[in-house]
Amino acid sequence: MKKSQNVVMKGTKDGLTLHLNDRCSYEELLEELQEKILLDHQDDDSPLISVKIQTGNRYLTDQQINQIKELIGSKKNLIVEDVSMNVVSIEEAMRWKQESEIITIASIVRSGQVIEVPGDLLLVGDVNPGGMVMAGGNIFIMGSLKGIAHAGCYGNDEAVIVASKMVPTQLRISNCLNRAPDEYSEDESHEMECAYINESNQIVVDRLQVLKHLRPNITRFKGGQ
Amino acid sequence: MGEAIVITSGKGGVGKTTTSANLGTALALLDKKVCLVDTDIGLRNLDVVLGLENRIIYDLVDVAEGRCKIHQALVKDKRFNDLLFLLPAAQTSDKSAVSPEQIKKLVEELKQDFDYILIDCPAGIEQGYRNAVAGADKAIVVTTPEKSAVRDADRIIGLLEKESHIEPPKLVINRIRSHMVENGEMLDVDEITTHLSIDLLGIVVDDDEVIKSSNAGEPIAHDPNNRASIAFRNIARRILGESIPLQPLETEKEGVFSRIKKFFGIRSK
Repeated sequence: MKKSQNVVMKGTKDGLTLHLNDRCSYEELLEELQEKILLDHQDDDSPLISVKIQTGNRYLTDQQINQIKELIGSKKNLIVEDVSMNVVSIEEAMRWKQESEIITIASIVRSGQVIEVPGDLLLVGDVNPGGMVMAGGNIFIMGSLKGIAHAGCYGNDEAVIVASKMVPTQLRISNCLNRAPDEYSEDESHEMECAYINESNQIVVDRLQVLKHLRPNITRFKGGQ
Repeated sequence: MGEAIVITSGKGGVGKTTTSANLGTALALLDKKVCLVDTDIGLRNLDVVLGLENRIIYDLVDVAEGRCKIHQALVKDKRFNDLLFLLPAAQTSDKSAVSPEQIKKLVEELKQDFDYILIDCPAGIEQGYRNAVAGADKAIVVTTPEKSAVRDADRIIGLLEKESHIEPPKLVINRIRSHMVENGEMLDVDEITTHLSIDLLGIVVDDDEVIKSSNAGEPIAHDPNNRASIAFRNIARRILGESIPLQPLETEKEGVFSRIKKFFGIRSK
């Protein structure tokens, strides 16, 4: 009987890498994986070995990934660290794209209106009290922020809120919340400011210029002199 | 073919009905054929402000349900020669008695016979509001220089901007008390217009005569000398497309003299 090589194991200094053939059926693969796992590493007392799985051009659903993880995890000293695929589902790709996109909106967000975008938001206009803008990423407002802004609303602590005039009723970043002072003093202009989460998990408002150092990742421009 | 303008505000008590009655009167004074439509079913009072309460036979709900013809329900304002009419709201039912489609049809029909149809909208953003805006081509948002009124105006502008059949709304700031604005105790006109960022159609100062005249059933716009009346007449002319500068507020115009007069006025009591 010809023994196919659907699962190739390679040892590296970081642990074990499993290359899974992307041409065979999933059942075949699973069968062979089980065989090989059971054959090798008989010794349960050896230290933990991290396993990386590379599936090539095969797309595995979350369910299948869990199945494989379970299978490998059945050997006590193996632990799956990472599963990498060359392919993603359209859905996932769209989400990636949306999350990394900047959506530009030129409008006034009035009381009672809510704008939500998956990625970054560039709003050309004001957010009036009672209005709300939400973004999975950063929020940039060319205008007055007088309502509520929620950046990183799916749990991104690195997200920032930038506004030409920062006089919000509330700022939210990820799970942090900060409300405005009960009164804005007349002599502070609150122009060109940004808000971010600092080391002690508090939202702070600061000059726009600090962003460059605090969140260098905001700069996406590559090249130039 | 006439134009239907809805007069709305979101918040109650800012002067929608007063504005409707006075703009209607002012437009009629400018020889336009005007029909005022009260959509505040169940809480009608445009008829009271116009002094036409005792002439109502049929109402809006009767027309919508086909119990009478439109012209039977229209109440004529005797002070004008066939220029100003009122389609009163029903007092016995509520807002759900008519649908936006019925109002739209009704307004379309009125547009054939009138130059302007002014629709007085009830407070709120529910059924009554939806009825009122259904047939409108334009909108006037009335607000007062109070934060709460401005907030509601903002909300209503947001809703109006979603109505594709209505042109961008215009703003009327009502009941301005110039001495309070001057002392910084009240929002000023600039502040409100930048905040709401829509075109300003006019400002109306707060005047005791407005209340007196509406109690008497005779809109202030009939008075040629009152400053609130002049403000409403100016708004009417702006609706017709004339460009008229804003009336300066009392503080800039009358200055010291009026304040001295006021001072003695208070003292003499």
